[in-house]
Amino acid sequence: MAVLTEEQSMLRDAAKSWVQEKSPVTAFRKMRDSGAELGYDAAAWNEMAEMGWAGVIIPEEYGGSDFGYLSLGLILEETGRTLTASPLLASALGAASALVLGGSDAQKQAWLPKIAEGSAVATLAVDEGPHHAPDKVATTVAGGKLSGRKVFVLEGMAADVFVVSAKAGDAIELYLVKADAPGVSRQRLSLADSRGAANVTFENVAVSDADKLSGGSALLEKTLDRARAGISAEMLGAALQAFEVTLDYLKTRVQFGQVIGSFQALQHRAAKMFTELELSRSAVEAALTAIDNDAPDVPELVSLAKAKMGDTFHLVSNEMVQMHGGIGMTDAHDAGFYLKRARAAEAAFGNQAYHRDRYARLQGY
Amino acid sequence: MADFGGTDLEAFRAEVRAFVEANFPASLKGKNPMMREERAKPTPDMEAWRKAVGERGWGTPTWPKQYGGGGLSPAEARVIQGEFARAGAYNPIGGMGVMMFGPTLLEYGNEAQKAEHIPPICRGDIQWCQGFSEPGAGSDLASLATKCEDKGDHYEINGSKIWTSGAQWADWCFCLVRTDTSKKHEGISFVLFTMHQPGVEVRPIPLIAGSSPFCETFFTDARAEKKDLVGPLNGGWTIAKRLLQHERSGLTGAGGSGMAGGAKSLEDMAKDYVGVDEQGRIDDQDLRMRIARNAMDWRAFQQTAMRVMSESKGNSGPSTASSILKNAGTQLMQEKHELALEVMGHQGLGWEGEAFKPEELAAVRGWLFGKAFTIYGGSQEVQSNIVSKRILGLPDLTQSK
Repeated sequence: MAVLTEEQSMLRDAAKSWVQEKSPVTAFRKMRDSGAELGYDAAAWNEMAEMGWAGVIIPEEYGGSDFGYLSLGLILEETGRTLTASPLLASALGAASALVLGGSDAQKQAWLPKIAEGSAVATLAVDEGPHHAPDKVATTVAGGKLSGRKVFVLEGMAADVFVVSAKAGDAIELYLVKADAPGVSRQRLSLADSRGAANVTFENVAVSDADKLSGGSALLEKTLDRARAGISAEMLGAALQAFEVTLDYLKTRVQFGQVIGSFQALQHRAAKMFTELELSRSAVEAALTAIDNDAPDVPELVSLAKAKMGDTFHLVSNEMVQMHGGIGMTDAHDAGFYLKRARAAEAAFGNQAYHRDRYARLQGY
Repeated sequence: MADFGGTDLEAFRAEVRAFVEANFPASLKGKNPMMREERAKPTPDMEAWRKAVGERGWGTPTWPKQYGGGGLSPAEARVIQGEFARAGAYNPIGGMGVMMFGPTLLEYGNEAQKAEHIPPICRGDIQWCQGFSEPGAGSDLASLATKCEDKGDHYEINGSKIWTSGAQWADWCFCLVRTDTSKKHEGISFVLFTMHQPGVEVRPIPLIAGSSPFCETFFTDARAEKKDLVGPLNGGWTIAKRLLQHERSGLTGAGGSGMAGGAKSLEDMAKDYVGVDEQGRIDDQDLRMRIARNAMDWRAFQQTAMRVMSESKGNSGPSTASSILKNAGTQLMQEKHELALEVMGHQGLGWEGEAFKPEELAAVRGWLFGKAFTIYGGSQEVQSNIVSKRILGLPDLTQSK
């Protein structure tokens, strides 16, 4: 754990106790069983917003607290533990970052206060194919009309506004497009991890310069790096919880007359997971801290964090099912939730292969 | 020079810089004879540098001043490290006395033992070796059998040790011996004795990588003085475990890559040997991604080493995380050695001769010697046992019914 400020410790403790009391995994299970259209529990999201969590990276003048990305990461780690579904990542971190970094004062005034209080949901609409590829953009803006199709848009059904990447001539630009604008249609995705997502089609949607964020493809990358670091923090929490639940099981499940955790074949795999979790925590905290410090090596540190965390969550979620044996295969057990969330989170904003390739490119090989 | 009070780091930096300029011989710049056998046959320049640093205790900067250490804060120690590095100078005070034995004796030794043994370590006058492993006691170290008998005014030691690194150059040995055969862990004592005596015989062991610092050491009626028993009789195991923690934190490679093959990075070597595609990427996608994975894991490992340092409050000694660092770091180093060989192709297969560049030969030897990393200092498997039992709290296996 990074050395925290007093404010950060308080935020983390508040998140820890709220998650335990109000949002245990049973809450996620209830939401899934209800088939909630949005992919999250709106009442729980309101409570999170009331505690100020939706405004952590938003400047005070726009209704936030400006505590920074490590602070928001600490909250995401706690909510990640119990798979709490909410627009915290997509709206309060992802889309909010685009507005904070590239929005005009008018754009910020229009959206950031609402995002901070949780009354509006914003999200990034970036990918167009089965793999994350932010530089492959077929969506276009020409003659004041935006047209194209975006896929795997997180919280796409809940969104009031999309931050859409589109080609204007040769350049990639980001546009704010309201979900109720004429020409916008969305298709709800029913995903294995039960979280909210949509494919969104834009057909000759009217956009003007007032809808354009400034910064182009550089803004897109900076925004994506913040979202990547944020989801890595959520993955860290989920992986830690998956590991701890599994470790408890190793200490209680009895076979051959002893707890299975006394078998070396399982002990060494547990030691491996613990080691990988420690390495991953370092990478995630280093990435969030670098963002807060506006350090020049943010891109490589973020790719390191997302790739490392992806590998670790992948490993731990697989082992969670395997070490639980038959019970881990049942829907009644939580192991499957972590397995499914791991794969969805790995794919979001670039999987391990994407980020290892990016890391190598950034290092010049 | 003014006595330094510890409040003004910049003044201290200037003092260290002036000292290095005045004392570090130009002939040694950029070299580190501490890493090689040359250390056993020092040149006059090496000796002068060792004496200058040793006199101030700056080779062991955070050790207490009363025993010859620097008596400095960690921040001041970093200033020394930084200034030495800036000038291309090495720390001439090193070896097992500094890495393992000194910190352990400072914790467990009595006043007379500290006063006798610590100052020569700080000055670099005395080299120590570690008498721990035996032919029949490797991973199961506590089954060691080297016998130590009370002969009234002294102890008499019979038996043999193996993998005693640097025994052929050592002046003294810190040794685990059996003082009670009826118990396992509680029958082990920690004694010190001089290597310069007739009852001690040392034979270097050639390894798969060629010559090595490892030795077999034989004791035939060797003598240890009564005053050189550290801690209580039969109380050596606790001290040994502590010392092994110090050893592990030193063996993780956290201080540097320790990579054979010269200063060039693995990715730059790969570009040279394998070539690049039109986008400047290593022209072997599979190799390229494995290099990236190793580099990224290495960086996460370094981030973790930094995090452990910043989290450990004050000087509470090595944390339990030293066990995960040892496994993680050594495996990554071995992986890196394997990648270096793969990058070099046929040129990475040379044993000796002019058909190969020095860095190619070094890569081969480094690869082979590196196999020891996951065996010595507590094997990978022993470290995994420690993590699962001590950190994760998993139980021991009981006999099945």
